[in-house]
Amino acid sequence: MKEESINGDSGMRGEGFSFWLVGFVLLIVLPLLNVLPGTDSPLHVSDFTLNLFGKFLAFAILALGLDLIWGYTGILSLGHGVFFGLGAYAIGMHMMLSIGTESVYGSALPDFMVWNQVKELPLFWKPFSSAWLSVAAAILVPTIFAAIFGFLAFRSRIKGVYFSIITQALALSAWLVFNRNETNLGGTNGLTDFKTFFGFRLSEPGTQRTLYVVTVFFLGGAYLLCRWIIKSRTGKVLVAIRDSEQRVLFSGYSPANYKLFVFVVSAALAGLAGALYVPQVGIITPAQIGVLPSIEMVIWVAVGGRGTLVGAVLGAVGVNLGRSILTNHFPELWPFFLGGLFIAVVLFFPDGCVGLLRKLGGGWSSRKAGEGLDKPLATSEPGSR
Amino acid sequence: MNGTIQDEEPAHVATERGSIIYLEGVTVDFDGFKALRDLNFIVNYHELRVVIGPNGAGKTTLLDVISGKAKPQSGRVIFGRDQDLLPLRENQIAALGIGRKFQTPSVFGNLTVWENLELSVKRASKGVFATLWAKATRQETERIESGLVTIGLKDKRGSRAGALSHGEKQWLEIGMVLLQDPALLLVDEPVAGMTDQETEQTGQLLLSLADKHSIIVIEHDMEFVRQIARTVTVLHEGTVLCEGPVEKIQSDPRVMEIYLGRKKDKKEDAPAR
Repeated sequence: MKEESINGDSGMRGEGFSFWLVGFVLLIVLPLLNVLPGTDSPLHVSDFTLNLFGKFLAFAILALGLDLIWGYTGILSLGHGVFFGLGAYAIGMHMMLSIGTESVYGSALPDFMVWNQVKELPLFWKPFSSAWLSVAAAILVPTIFAAIFGFLAFRSRIKGVYFSIITQALALSAWLVFNRNETNLGGTNGLTDFKTFFGFRLSEPGTQRTLYVVTVFFLGGAYLLCRWIIKSRTGKVLVAIRDSEQRVLFSGYSPANYKLFVFVVSAALAGLAGALYVPQVGIITPAQIGVLPSIEMVIWVAVGGRGTLVGAVLGAVGVNLGRSILTNHFPELWPFFLGGLFIAVVLFFPDGCVGLLRKLGGGWSSRKAGEGLDKPLATSEPGSR
Repeated sequence: MNGTIQDEEPAHVATERGSIIYLEGVTVDFDGFKALRDLNFIVNYHELRVVIGPNGAGKTTLLDVISGKAKPQSGRVIFGRDQDLLPLRENQIAALGIGRKFQTPSVFGNLTVWENLELSVKRASKGVFATLWAKATRQETERIESGLVTIGLKDKRGSRAGALSHGEKQWLEIGMVLLQDPALLLVDEPVAGMTDQETEQTGQLLLSLADKHSIIVIEHDMEFVRQIARTVTVLHEGTVLCEGPVEKIQSDPRVMEIYLGRKKDKKEDAPAR
């Protein structure tokens, strides 16, 4: 029987060591292997690979936030694609405007506006000509949106499966709104053909390398933030909400406020992830923010291991790595593989890869990881209003 | 907001003569089913009151109304001298000093016994940000330590609460409620599912608490009621049937009728239902 709780401090030294080791590899080793060895060396990390990892690590930031709300607090959000999209579109809009007259039609307006015969830049686009305002908006817009949405949902005591359903409805409606040409966000084709970001040309390997390094920094920061929240007394209240919301309420805490807090933090992280994703990938479309991507994000966390921060990061990187390998070789198999993976997780290893490793490694790794939940989510609060 | 009780707390004398909880004309209607009808119910300071009654008499609803879980359609609920409880949420009522122990043990299974108690300790603010930066003070640590002794879980402080036995969970929850430092304790069937020995110990615990707290206990187990009760209130169909010392209640023909009569009815009606 495991004696430590979710916030147990056992194995913290091991965790700190792993954190710095992984940080060192991601931050120093990979970029150096990209720069130093010749392209024919077996150690060489190509620009493409580094860029791919930058994308995965941006996803990992989102997964951390999702794990905070789902893994620890037990609230399943199926709408995190929306917050990701808000962050991504904010930066995307800025990069659209900085294309300037380099565009296909040679107009200062984004190409799709010329195509749609929009004569003047819509008012809500104007602030995005400033890079810093756009960066701020990439975090603040999803944060404020989540605050309003969460306030209404949690005040009305919408819980469990009902909350999941309304967040899924949110993802669907966001997808519909972003798809419309009248929204002036590029419609189905989204925003793409970016040239520069903060004055740097995106086609330069150096720019992409910098974006990668910035992403690693933010991932490290996001991890430390989440870890700090989890280890704090507020983190314990979050776990307590998952275990018995009623007891939390009758202990003098307002669960609605705590849920709102964790929902807003995870939305901000999703927005940050979107902001880091879009300059590295070069395109954002409604297809990346709708119902399906939102569900896929949940699968990352489930596969990695709910209720462990390491699991969320591993899941996001691992599943996406699997996707890019599989879609290269057997493009038509990926959806089956992803579906099969999710079913396998639900049926055979409900605590994800981290849970599986811990089981295989027995006592040693359980002490090492030392931050997981012991209880599978299935046994936590059944959805009820 | 939590001023009234707090300020007068040291001066028990000041409010000693009044009631700690006062319900007047309370009616709770669940879609046509009147769980409580025009109920009047008063408990004084430092009283240990046992509420009994057949199933559906409204016992748990009574606790729901006091703790804010159910809002009555009409009536008044006053805590202490003049604190109206009706506009408050459950957590605000808890912060005022009304602790509630549920029928089925509700503890935080993924946290340790210590952490369960730590979250429960009464604090000035239980808001998100205050809690984010909160550090355990020495005073809090001492209170948790003594709480652990009271509930007999000193050796299990590091155990996951989910791994405790049923009786231990019940005790842990009682401990959690006590650390909230409530002026009024609401306890719903504390000994359900406990062994005889645990029942006995729980009775002693409640009796020892009655010196410092006012307690309302809901119970079915008449043996247990005899062990702890001073004054008993009998609820029947949402109103008070009678009230008095336990011996008098037991020999009251109306009480015998609702308990025995009910049982007879149930047998006869069983196939029809």
